[in-house]
Amino acid sequence: MKKRSLYVMLFSMLFVILAACGKGGGGGGGDGSEDAEGAEAVEVIGSESKDATELKFWTFNALHIDIYKDAVSRWNEEFPDRPIKLKAEAYPYDNMHNNLLLALQSGTGAPDIVDIELGRFPNYLQGEPQLLPMNEYVEPVKDKFIESRFDIYSKDGKNYGLPTHVGATVAYYNKEIMDAAGVDIDSIQTWDDYVAAGKKVVENTDATMTTLETNDYWSYWPLIKQQGSDFFDENGEVTISNETNVETLEFMRSLIYDEKIAEITPGGGHHEEEYYGFMNDGGAASVIMPLWYMGRFTDYMPDLKGKMVIRPMPKWTEDGNRSAGAGGTGTAVTNQTEHPELAKEFLAYAKLSEEGNIALWRVMGFDPPMWTVWEKPEIREDNKYYQYFGTDIFDTLLSIREEIDSINITEKNPLVQEQLSTNVFNNVLRSQSQSAEEALKEAEAAIKNN
Amino acid sequence: MSERAVSTTDSSRSKRSIKDFFLSRKVVPYVFVSPFIISFLLLFLYPLISGFIMSFQTILPGQTTFVGASNYERILNPTFFKALSNTTVYVILTTVILTILPMILATMLNSKFVRFSNVFRASLFIPALTSTIVAGVVFRLMFGESEASLANTVVGFFGIEPLEWKFGAATGMFLMVLLATWKWLGVNILYFMAGLANVPRELYEAAEMDGAGIIHKFRHITLPMLKPITVYVVTITIIAGFRMYEESYVFWPEGSPGNIGLTIVGYIYQQGFRMNDLGFGAAIGVVLMLIIFIISILQLALSGTLKKGE
Repeated sequence: MKKRSLYVMLFSMLFVILAACGKGGGGGGGDGSEDAEGAEAVEVIGSESKDATELKFWTFNALHIDIYKDAVSRWNEEFPDRPIKLKAEAYPYDNMHNNLLLALQSGTGAPDIVDIELGRFPNYLQGEPQLLPMNEYVEPVKDKFIESRFDIYSKDGKNYGLPTHVGATVAYYNKEIMDAAGVDIDSIQTWDDYVAAGKKVVENTDATMTTLETNDYWSYWPLIKQQGSDFFDENGEVTISNETNVETLEFMRSLIYDEKIAEITPGGGHHEEEYYGFMNDGGAASVIMPLWYMGRFTDYMPDLKGKMVIRPMPKWTEDGNRSAGAGGTGTAVTNQTEHPELAKEFLAYAKLSEEGNIALWRVMGFDPPMWTVWEKPEIREDNKYYQYFGTDIFDTLLSIREEIDSINITEKNPLVQEQLSTNVFNNVLRSQSQSAEEALKEAEAAIKNN
Repeated sequence: MSERAVSTTDSSRSKRSIKDFFLSRKVVPYVFVSPFIISFLLLFLYPLISGFIMSFQTILPGQTTFVGASNYERILNPTFFKALSNTTVYVILTTVILTILPMILATMLNSKFVRFSNVFRASLFIPALTSTIVAGVVFRLMFGESEASLANTVVGFFGIEPLEWKFGAATGMFLMVLLATWKWLGVNILYFMAGLANVPRELYEAAEMDGAGIIHKFRHITLPMLKPITVYVVTITIIAGFRMYEESYVFWPEGSPGNIGLTIVGYIYQQGFRMNDLGFGAAIGVVLMLIIFIISILQLALSGTLKKGE
């Protein structure tokens, strides 16, 4: 008898192990979506009622959840017969984009609605996009929007992602340093003026004029876009080493080594702890970044409150553009949703309505892609961004509205970002081991061969 | 009634024959090893084979196509060789450091002259329990490029100018090796301590009677007696080195300047996920597997582990 019970025990152990294996092998994808393991923030927003439809939302930036908090509460008030319960989960950037890629690739585990960053968006447009087209909601309001913001999330005429902001690139000046240097900020109109002002700053203060990124492309992309150039032309042909791009990169190099008015960004980029500390201590008199960068100032550089002002970018020629659209987050509905109509309608409600766009500014400090709201009184209501940067933010934006050309996006954009941030900027700006032309030609070859 | 009785006997007979089958001498061993076999098939062989198949495909949702060997043709590019050379340098450095240093430290901790050796053992092991990512964040702050960062303050004592640790090829490699050493030293010490526990005391006593000094004892007793452990530690360090990824990721999450921190696994990740090119990523994975396989076989052959009956 004793022997027999031993056998029973061994067999039952065996089955437990087998069952565990089976679960691990078969149900992995489904399990992963049920519990939000590794999430930075999880919030269940909206109706507690039983008939509320639950939608799942993923984002890579926990701050974005606030946009939907706002939208869900408005939706549930307006449509009490169709309440929504939004389960919002924020994951780290890489983590979320990889999980989404695998979920869409394997056909299971994706959320209903998801935020996808511009740099990764092309990955999800490859093959047959596993996202639902939003054209029926986009087309009626298209003319009220900076239209190019839809194009960057589209393929074959279908709009998959709804924009979160315009990403108008502007110049942020530290007024205190500029005053100490004896420069009138409004007199800076062209890049020549900017360089001249920079020389005064370096001469009269301890600060440098500006910093240039080497691990990201925000110091470069807006500058070439301003001049009508890009990494790809409208037909998707690689133009990364064209004359404008080479000259612009060479201009950046000369700012550091010839004019000596710029430095390589401490930490390599404008999103590094080193830079926040450097800038907060008055390390640089200005920085060129898109408008969505405001949030980094208010959150990470508190000492500059009231000292920073926002102005258009310097222009290259007398009638040149004074801004360029850069960066972005496209929010999309995946084809794995069980409530496609509701998810789409809600997303459109959150992103394409006037209230939604006003909320993008009010909650996040983003420049709303629906330009018709830029003059609304609600936009002018006091908030932490006005307190930090002064009250003329939208006057600046309105003055450059016609000058915000958008970027061309192709499937190879992730490759461009990789080439620029690892090789080109490092070799040209940091180690000076290659000329601008050599580095860009090499990058072009690498992009074409891939 | 009688029918029913017959059927009961039948079923009990068939039950018995099933039981007999599973308990027969021929079958029982297979039943007992089956958990391992099944987990091997499901979790190792199946991914291996499907990874191999993927390496000949372009994989997009709903559009998976065979592309022949074109993924493999693309592998031989400068970025891959950069990743390969980074990884090789890293493997050599970590293998040398993480074998010699723990061996010496373990011998010292094992010696009766060191007091509080339990405290040292425990404290040297603690880093192994820390996540590489968490430790890496602290390392990244310690090795910041500003003059005030800890590392630059330390080198400042020696009159060295502040270094841009994360942006130079040599300093970048130094950071990765340092992080790996910090993390794995304790584990390897543990292996060597276990090996030392098996060295008979009599050998040392005999050597002492013959007048051998510390160096001689280490060279002629400890080292040869530790050989099996050393082979094991070298093997796992080499394999771990080729699989290394976190140590690089934590310093350069978005890609390193001039690819100074790119490893082969990092390259797989970059191509497979960042660029959504899973087929190409799988092809690099197959090449990496071959490299590890060849090196492990070579190393085992050279150390004599593959010879039978020694």
